[in-house]
Amino acid sequence: MKSTHTEANHSSAEQNRRRATTSARQARAKSVIPGRGLTMGVTVTMLSLLILIPLASILTYSFRLSFSEFIELITRQNVVRAFRTSISCALIAALINSVFGLILAWVLVRYDFPGKRLMDAMIELPFALPTAVAGITLSKMYSNKGLIGQFFAKYDISISYTKIGLTIALVFIGIPFVVRALQPVIEKLSPSWEEAAAMLGASRAYTFRRVILPELTPALLTGFGLALARGIGEYGSVIYISGNSEKNGTQVVSYVIMQKLNSGSADYEGAAAIALVLLVISFLLLFFINMVQLAAGRRAS
Amino acid sequence: MKNQKKSIVPALLIGISIVFFVLMLVLPLVIVLYRSLKDGLALYIEAITASNTLSALRVTLIAASIAVLVNTIFGLCAAWLITKFEFRGRQVLSTLIDIPFSISPVIAGLAFIMTFGRMGWATPFIDWINDLLGTDIALVFSVPGVVLATIFVTFPFVSRELIPVMQAQGNAEEEAAAMMGAKGFTIFRKVTLPHIKWTLLYGIILCAARAIGEFGAVYAVSKTRGQTFTLTLEVDALYMAGGADSITQAFAVSSLLVIIAVAILLVKQLVEYRAKRNEEA
Amino acid sequence: MKKKFALVITASLLAASLAACGGGSSASEEENSDTITITNVSYDPTREFYEAYNELFVEYYKEETGTDIEVVQSHGGSGSQARSVIEGSDADVVTLALAHDITLIEEEGLIDEGWIDEFDGNSSPYTSTITFLVRAGNEKDIQDWDDLIKEGVDVITPDPKSSGGACWNFLAAWYYADLAFDGDVDEIKAFVSVLYNNVLVMDSGARGATTTFVENGQGDVLIAWENEALLAIEEYPGEFEMITPSVSIKAEPSVAVVDENVDENGTREIAEAYLNYLYSDEAQQLAGEHFYRPSNEEILSSFSDTFDLSVELCTIDDFGGWDQAYEDYFQDGAIFDEIYAY
Repeated sequence: MKSTHTEANHSSAEQNRRRATTSARQARAKSVIPGRGLTMGVTVTMLSLLILIPLASILTYSFRLSFSEFIELITRQNVVRAFRTSISCALIAALINSVFGLILAWVLVRYDFPGKRLMDAMIELPFALPTAVAGITLSKMYSNKGLIGQFFAKYDISISYTKIGLTIALVFIGIPFVVRALQPVIEKLSPSWEEAAAMLGASRAYTFRRVILPELTPALLTGFGLALARGIGEYGSVIYISGNSEKNGTQVVSYVIMQKLNSGSADYEGAAAIALVLLVISFLLLFFINMVQLAAGRRAS
Repeated sequence: MKNQKKSIVPALLIGISIVFFVLMLVLPLVIVLYRSLKDGLALYIEAITASNTLSALRVTLIAASIAVLVNTIFGLCAAWLITKFEFRGRQVLSTLIDIPFSISPVIAGLAFIMTFGRMGWATPFIDWINDLLGTDIALVFSVPGVVLATIFVTFPFVSRELIPVMQAQGNAEEEAAAMMGAKGFTIFRKVTLPHIKWTLLYGIILCAARAIGEFGAVYAVSKTRGQTFTLTLEVDALYMAGGADSITQAFAVSSLLVIIAVAILLVKQLVEYRAKRNEEA
Repeated sequence: MKKKFALVITASLLAASLAACGGGSSASEEENSDTITITNVSYDPTREFYEAYNELFVEYYKEETGTDIEVVQSHGGSGSQARSVIEGSDADVVTLALAHDITLIEEEGLIDEGWIDEFDGNSSPYTSTITFLVRAGNEKDIQDWDDLIKEGVDVITPDPKSSGGACWNFLAAWYYADLAFDGDVDEIKAFVSVLYNNVLVMDSGARGATTTFVENGQGDVLIAWENEALLAIEEYPGEFEMITPSVSIKAEPSVAVVDENVDENGTREIAEAYLNYLYSDEAQQLAGEHFYRPSNEEILSSFSDTFDLSVELCTIDDFGGWDQAYEDYFQDGAIFDEIYAY
């Protein structure tokens, strides 16, 4: 519904615009640069065909449920619990990523040390490494027989198949979003500011809090938001490391969607309904990120 | 006092970074490589030259190349549209483009099935086209389906890289060129492209990397091993086959993916380095 | 510099189109040959069996009719495999973990009603049962179902809401409790509830659960298909033991021809021959070798060293058939949800 709406808005806006070319405001907005029609056509067509039309199917399927059925389904205990698990783990992972991402980005921009180039190259590994491979490997590493897991097993801490393992997988998935959002901004941040602040007698902590952090906040929020959005919907990497236990809170939303589909009733409507909620969450997050970026862009100019 | 602090902080930060980097990113790679070679080189070579692996490699390369091609064209158009023109709904449009970035791959797969699957509403239409053209193209459970799913998940990768750079560049040069009567494509080639070429290449590389590694979405639309399986699906199939040997083979095929991923990232690093040097020059 | 850049772009485009062409040409090659291809959509634990059986059948069919055929296999969780057929994967035959999954396809109109009587033994050419796999030495001394509810026993079993095999596991446990508590439903529910409270990892499918237990070393006992347990013992000699409980369930993996698809593909004859041949002595022998219980009694008894034939087995009919059992136990809000909520 939402997507067809925006499309409709689009085309009607387009028509209005064509009709009202005489208005002074329109004339000012009209760019001398050519290619508007062509790129608009290609962009909207491809976006509709490849992304919006398939996603609209999710919408139509979930509308086969009545409103009360829809509410009943998404407030069912296991669904609510899965959302709580996905959102809380993704939130924690995104917070961890914000801290370590900031440190990594800072170090990569500001300091020189052996292996820096390699580190810089490998930051995007979680993008490039298949999520299934990451999931299998992480679950092995952190299982209580695994390379790292066995240390923790001595103190009776299990990592694989618990929320901790799940969060680790999401940290792995999300780290490049934060680092890559911050790096260009830190690069632009002139060290002279910090020097000036230091000369004025500000402590390091104060300088960081009052001078550096405000500059980085939009980028940090962008990275945080992207990592969060990605983490909430993640499937491939968490499915191997999560215990899938509803009771222990290790069942994620993506899994519940798959469960709805694979259960003996092939419940497409139910799966679509849960997917729709997930879609709305990620759309809102993305919209928020775009607003942040826009605001930051305005402030800069 | 202050001096002492100054020397400790960078070392501390570098230390934290390295520990985090090694634990989270390097160790998994080492484990994949170690595990794939555990039972000897012979088994490794057997695994990566098996006919199923080669077929999966082919499907992966086809899907990734087409996805890169399509998304590059799209990315350039979308970036041009969004950075060069003011129009209502621009914000919504750029958010919609980014959707596949954050969407659960499970949803992507589901969406394709619900659209192009046997009971999908687009199926009668596709059957009609097939009848008309005398073809027999299926958009799910087939290589075209895998290609579509791959395009979906990597859709915003190029545009997302280009938009901020083109925005920062501003439109003054393009406007000047247009005033002087240059045609659209000429403006793009002569004025815009030189500024964005490294960014474009960077986006293409990221797009390729992500396309090769996709699992969740293609999993929904590809079911036959040796025909429509990609490398990641082959890894899953081998892992799920459950025998001691096949798990080692799963890691061997994974290592192939790891090697491809690392190679792509090194190329990316080279591109970035070139770009920076160019900027400075 | 500019030239170099253009070169990179051209090269990558070229590579893309080459790859695409390569894909096209090899696909047409396949079409040109005389080999007829049929697709068997099956579930996870049958990989090894069908790999061997397909070889046997291709040879047999060539001898009988002179036609070259090729069998394409697809494996995965039984439920998701059934779904892929509903969604349009071009299966000629389905060989799934339980009748209910085939009924789902029937409901979509792809398989004609009455498929279950099409072949002998409820269309199950081979059967299995549910047993326990424990680590060598059986440290926790697990002998029967009531040992699984002891405190400190970590159980691995897949999710019945997503895996067919897991439904058999649940029903087998239920049957044991039914006998033990003389049909007292509250006590039976309490029993299975405690059992499922002991579940450490609930994978989405039977194969995943086996991997979790065997490869990743989780849990003390895996509730598994008998054939999976025996396969794990063969693959990892000396590491595991199989325990057959006092009672269990006769698990009947069903097979069927996908009527709509074979009529469209013109492969009905081959598809029917493919499933019929599963009942031949050679195929039954092969099933036994792959740890499935042959439906042919004579051949089954020759495998008495492998299978514990004394175990008392209930059948799905004791639960009123699959559709009834699904409704009573596994649907949203049914008994499984009730006992698993806490």
